[in-house]
Amino acid sequence: MDTNMSERPVIEITGARKLFGAVKALDGADFAIAPGECVGLVGHNGAGKSTLVNVINGGLGLNEGQITLSSGQVSSDFSIRVARAQGIRCVFQELSLCPNLSVVENMRIAHSGLSGPGWRSQARSMVDELLDKIFPGHGIDSGRAVSELSIAQRQMAEIAIAFSSHGAPTALVILDEPTSSLDASRAEQLIAYVKTFNAAGGAVIFISHILGEVLDVSDRIVVMRDGKVVSDKPSSAFTVGSLVQAMGSVAAESAGRRTVAKRAVSEAPVIAFPRERDAVEFEAFKGELVGLAGLSGHGQTQLIVDLFMSVSGDWWARREPVAAFVAGDRIVDGVFPIWSILLNMTIAVLGRWQRFGLTDRAQEAEYGRTWHEKIGIRTPNLDHPILSLSGGNQQKALFARALGTSAPLVLMDDPMRGVDIGTKQDVYQMLREEADSGRTFIWYSTEMDEVCVCDRVYVFREGRIVRELEGDAVSEENILAASFGERVA
Amino acid sequence: MKTLFSADSLRILVPAFSLAALLAAVFYLQPRTMSYMGLNLMFNLAVPIALATIAQMLIIAVNDLDLSIGAFVSFAACVTATFLESDPLIGLIILAAAVGVYALMGVVIYLRNLPAIVVTLGMSFVWSGLAVLLLPSPGGSAPEWIRAIMTSRPPFVPMAIIASVLIAIVAHLIVMRSSFGVVMRGVGGNSRSVERAGWSVVKVRAMTYALAGTFAVIAGIVLVGLTTAADANIALRYTLLSIAGVILGGGEFVGGRVSPIGAVIGALTLTLAASFLSFLQISPDWQIGVQGAILIIVLAIRLLLNRRERREKRA
Repeated sequence: MDTNMSERPVIEITGARKLFGAVKALDGADFAIAPGECVGLVGHNGAGKSTLVNVINGGLGLNEGQITLSSGQVSSDFSIRVARAQGIRCVFQELSLCPNLSVVENMRIAHSGLSGPGWRSQARSMVDELLDKIFPGHGIDSGRAVSELSIAQRQMAEIAIAFSSHGAPTALVILDEPTSSLDASRAEQLIAYVKTFNAAGGAVIFISHILGEVLDVSDRIVVMRDGKVVSDKPSSAFTVGSLVQAMGSVAAESAGRRTVAKRAVSEAPVIAFPRERDAVEFEAFKGELVGLAGLSGHGQTQLIVDLFMSVSGDWWARREPVAAFVAGDRIVDGVFPIWSILLNMTIAVLGRWQRFGLTDRAQEAEYGRTWHEKIGIRTPNLDHPILSLSGGNQQKALFARALGTSAPLVLMDDPMRGVDIGTKQDVYQMLREEADSGRTFIWYSTEMDEVCVCDRVYVFREGRIVRELEGDAVSEENILAASFGERVA
Repeated sequence: MKTLFSADSLRILVPAFSLAALLAAVFYLQPRTMSYMGLNLMFNLAVPIALATIAQMLIIAVNDLDLSIGAFVSFAACVTATFLESDPLIGLIILAAAVGVYALMGVVIYLRNLPAIVVTLGMSFVWSGLAVLLLPSPGGSAPEWIRAIMTSRPPFVPMAIIASVLIAIVAHLIVMRSSFGVVMRGVGGNSRSVERAGWSVVKVRAMTYALAGTFAVIAGIVLVGLTTAADANIALRYTLLSIAGVILGGGEFVGGRVSPIGAVIGALTLTLAASFLSFLQISPDWQIGVQGAILIIVLAIRLLLNRRERREKRA
């Protein structure tokens, strides 16, 4: 390795800013990684980790900021293609191989240069060799379709494909939760390989919710919070405890929360959902705001869906619904995009004004007016299409849809994604009032300030509930500690 | 044992067994079909259907559906029976332009994020209209060369069988073996991951549509070679036959899981099913219904096998 080369970072990003609507995903972050270095990247939900990763691999453009390539040249049109030509590869958190293709054929997708006669045998020998090197005894037949492999095998195959090089040498590999489906011994094999890869001059960015692993593998750890890099030190300067502390913000006043009146011991929960795998049994009581916390994708949505399924009818809708659902991913399972705001609000309760199979329009409009005022949707006319509203106001219409039902239980799947702070305050207020009048809310949120509003919080890790926090114990520090699997001493 | 009954080999085995069973039944009912002439007569018309089925399969491989195949093959047949016969150069230019339109359709569907079903349904009326303009009433004549190819009598194996095998091999090489085919199926399987690897998805889709258009054009030419004349409605039923053929042959509507060999077998099975029903002396009025029933039965068998396999995998 040329010593001059190794002094230049593989990639350097300065003053990165990226906005998604009102949300600042990156707010002036600086990041650089040198050849032969392994950098751990940690932070809670929404800290900007995935945005930063997507900027580095060329998938997202910046609103502001500068990207410098290893040649020292400032790149004005950084894209996936440029990133790949620089030798930047990425293993994504969710499986990103083509399941219908074999491992060998996925190599072809990853390396556009692999073509011409004999590409198959070339790809096969490349990927087999790397798999043997990284995960000895992997048992993967690289000629088989990815969909026929086990989850762990798929992840191993994806990692091997990312480290393989054809044409441009692999300079930087981003591993986003690479060990989430691997058992401990496989994870150790990966960490050992990362170290040999580093020794040969390759750079690695390592993202994991298992902080012990990050401390073990990285030379340097970058902690992100609110789109900024808040700490950037050699990993020897961190412990698990100090990392958790660095991820949290200064303990904010949890103004929204009230002191919960002591529940009678005998009080029966509105809903209980015991599952064998949980460390704490899930229960929710009348008039409660129950939060589901933890890193995103650790089983919270699954619990909400299971809960909803367990109380709703199989074939026929129930006359009096037990649970109403507020979707978080508005576009996928929230709004009816070509309908008006009013129709979007009334779909859940349409049966009320039915006469001879027809809807009484006047009553429907009256209902719309009531909720328009009550919930403060910012529009002059409810007959406008739903998509004319801002994201936050669309979400208010969806809240109106759920709250208008008689359901005593409201399930919310991270409903405030991409909603501005003003709307959030309105909604907190409304939830609080509804809870006081006896409704129960189960609220999955990826945002810390929202979780801290809740009366009681279940923290998830790896698909199970690992901790229950109540009252004053609901704090950012405790939630972080539980979701990263360590107790702060 | 394990590889023989894996999902991929089942994809081929089920349609192959269905074809063999149907063929055995036909031979039993009408032993005279077990001859050079008999086989040729039974499978002759399967050749253009097999080509159209491959075209449909390519579109399905990238998670779209083409409802204009039938109208497009009819249009290609009309061009073959008129321009390609009288002015070969102009005929070729028209057919090449039609393939270009197919590529463009693939681009528009992707860039504007339109449902392929709607776009191709609309286009089917355009192709039908153009075909009627070319041949308001049935007529035209087949170019000499294609007539010669389609009526040739190679020794031992009838032309229809040779052509079907050839189509299956060529399509298999393109879709399953070539490096382009891998990327194409990758787009069907996980288009985001293909994009993240630095490929231009729009280019891949344009090429896929162009390739489908090419196969459909060849289907039209071959059809005229068999029938010697064309008509604007000659191949309208190919749309549904081709979709049924792909599914019968082990393809799936989404996920880039297709099988070219299976698709050809599926097309042969559908053609044979019609002969089988005539030999059973079922009136033509009922034939379409029975054909549908055969399709449902084969799909049900496949579903059962898939489900059992999934259960075994979980255990």
